[in-house]
Amino acid sequence: MAELSFPKRPYRTKGGVHAPHNKNTAHKESVILPVPSMVALPMTQHIGAPCKPMVKVGDIVDVGQQIAVSDAFVSAPIHASVSGKVKKIDKITMPDGGKVEAIFIESDGEQRLSPDIHPPKVNSLSDLITAVRNSGLVGLGGAGFPTSVKLNIPSDKNVDTLIINVAECEPYITSDHREILENSWDVISGIITVKEFLDIHRVIIGIENNKPDAIKALREIADSKVDPNDEIRVLPIRATYPQGAEKILIKACTGREVPVGGLPSDAGCLVMNVGSIAFIARYLKTGIPLIWRRLTVDGGCIENPVNVIAPIGTPIKDVIDFVGGYKEPPYKLIMGGPMMGIALPNDDLYILKQNNAILALSEKEAKYSEPTACIRCGKCLDACPMRLQPLELANAADRGDTDGLKFYNVMNCMECGCCSFACPAKRHLVQHIRMGKALIQKAKREEIAASKGGKK
Amino acid sequence: MDTKLHVSASPHFKGSSTTRRIMLDVIIALIPASVMACVIFGMRSMVLIAICIATCVLLEFISRKIMKRDTTIGDLSAVVTGLLLALNLPVDINPLIAMFGCLIAIVVVKQMFGGIGMNFVNPALAARIVLLVSFPGPMMHWVTAAGAPKAAAIDATTSATPLAAEPGVYSYVDLLLGRCGGSIGEVCALALILGGIYLVVRKVISPIIPCVYLGTAAVMSLIVGLDPLYQLLSGGLMIGAIFMATDYTTSPVTKWGKVIYAIGCGILTILLRAFSNMPEGVSFSILLMNILVPLIERATAPRTLGYIKKKKGEQK
Ligand code: SF4
Ligand code: SF4
Repeated sequence: MAELSFPKRPYRTKGGVHAPHNKNTAHKESVILPVPSMVALPMTQHIGAPCKPMVKVGDIVDVGQQIAVSDAFVSAPIHASVSGKVKKIDKITMPDGGKVEAIFIESDGEQRLSPDIHPPKVNSLSDLITAVRNSGLVGLGGAGFPTSVKLNIPSDKNVDTLIINVAECEPYITSDHREILENSWDVISGIITVKEFLDIHRVIIGIENNKPDAIKALREIADSKVDPNDEIRVLPIRATYPQGAEKILIKACTGREVPVGGLPSDAGCLVMNVGSIAFIARYLKTGIPLIWRRLTVDGGCIENPVNVIAPIGTPIKDVIDFVGGYKEPPYKLIMGGPMMGIALPNDDLYILKQNNAILALSEKEAKYSEPTACIRCGKCLDACPMRLQPLELANAADRGDTDGLKFYNVMNCMECGCCSFACPAKRHLVQHIRMGKALIQKAKREEIAASKGGKK
Repeated sequence: MDTKLHVSASPHFKGSSTTRRIMLDVIIALIPASVMACVIFGMRSMVLIAICIATCVLLEFISRKIMKRDTTIGDLSAVVTGLLLALNLPVDINPLIAMFGCLIAIVVVKQMFGGIGMNFVNPALAARIVLLVSFPGPMMHWVTAAGAPKAAAIDATTSATPLAAEPGVYSYVDLLLGRCGGSIGEVCALALILGGIYLVVRKVISPIIPCVYLGTAAVMSLIVGLDPLYQLLSGGLMIGAIFMATDYTTSPVTKWGKVIYAIGCGILTILLRAFSNMPEGVSFSILLMNILVPLIERATAPRTLGYIKKKKGEQK
């Protein structure tokens, strides 16, 4: 195989928008949240099969004790983030509106570590995958895909490049940025572990060029003798939204395109979030599973924006009170970033594993505007990083025209929001496109049902 | 928490660009041409512009009311249509004829097809052509411009347009500064180019359409044996390429679509100028290409990221 080279400059990517960065918390040390009096741990904090509780009401649990699992391949177990008593197991409403069972633990404040915790022995790739599975790790960048599944690369795929995602292109969010500054050694040691076991000899750390201090910190380590063959390199990329989207990052770092409907492994790449990779290093050292995470608390309505390190399952209200509460009543409360995050109906929800930010936005920042007629300016086309035609997709979705939706490749849309952001007529393009996707999925299901019916 | 939170789909941030701002930029870009119209043809131009804008806005308001739709005059698109139409008329046109043009543009072409973004031909252009066909006399009555060369004079008050004049009558400088006969807004090429640069800098239009249109026209002129620079600077080509052909609604949104569309406009314009007995090919060429836009757009859909073309014979 030809020697892999490292790009000097990022490859060109199309589209994207200049969303305001608002990285107010980038230079503030993260603060550790005091142990909350109660946590709630929903059974789905990942993409995949929900877990089943292994504890019952009244049980006493320790920090790091596994309390819910699933046998399914695509899933991740859940661990107690505080020590104390299981208070109740009840359905709660998730941010997306679905109802999910959650285990409520009342903290005794002792934070007793479970006696089962010990660093895992990892001698092979399968050991690593098992260990990562047991750690409960999911992609910490927001998507929440179980990391063990990601590492389990099918044998017919030839993955030669590991990309570390530090783009963090959403406005406000700085949790990855802080992770690098505060735990840069964990990042590099996690990278070395993963690349050794997967036998990957090219690691590209894709990082937006608006974080010079993080670039410097990573370069210092990556250029030192921990990486004798110089297989780990830092690549500063353009600071436009959405450089951190997997397919766009792959294009920027390697020039390769993930085929429509394909996975990063089809382009020979494994993309991991920087927080996840640092977590793997810590887990191998300590054996403490995923029970806390760093998240950015910011937005125009937050008194003291800062990154907090909070136990998973902490009520959002506690987190906000801890940073000084609301400066003014928020207009919108967002879980995740302003471009792709979910608007919450109230602050009675809980921090999830994949939750990288809580933003309380003011009316000025997130004002809702009535959509007006499309003027066919084409700005949505120019903004679309997937080179789709958002206006045609939205129009086809409105007409219920599935052929049109297919012609314009609706399923390749990643719902990044650039088109809606750019539209001068303030059309809610992403919303229409989501409807269009649902139409296609429905048509597919009906097709399958019909073909099954036909055979009988 | 007692305040009600707003819940809506992502994205929660929106960019600052608005339809109104874009239309305002087009108006600003037309200011040099409008000022030059007054310099060249006197304050009567101002009156004509005012009449057209007022009529268009009023008609837009009334027709939306009658159709029981929301008022859209706030987006300023009716102002743009009125202004563009006025700039495409001779200065001494009967105001009633101008108002009739506004009626065609706003009511027939724009609102009857559903309002902004829905019309398939450019309203100002369509109105101009209707007027040309209905009132050829007044529509081609070219009052002598201030500073126009004597040789171009037809009689005491009128003079020939550059395209109708004998070769050598107008110099390039005359054409650049607008010292020639023509519609009030089309004569001064310099003012139009200035406006075009403003639009490109403000990212309101992409330079593709004007550049390719003018480039094609120049090449075509050479082919058919006309003086390219003279062709570019005379008649309605500048205002057409910069302000009419780039109309959002009636031009392709795809990059290659813009190229094809502009090449089509350029070829047609020069062919009409060279071989038809029509004095001016710009309006008709753009109108024709407007009609082809849906076809062009569909044929030039961009390749989406990761799309691999199926090999011939491969099953879908
Ligand atoms: S950006 Fe908005 S107004 Fe412009 S073409 Fe797209 S949908 Fe239409
Ligand atoms: S949401 Fe979809 S259509 Fe819109 S810009 Fe992003 S990928 Fe393109």
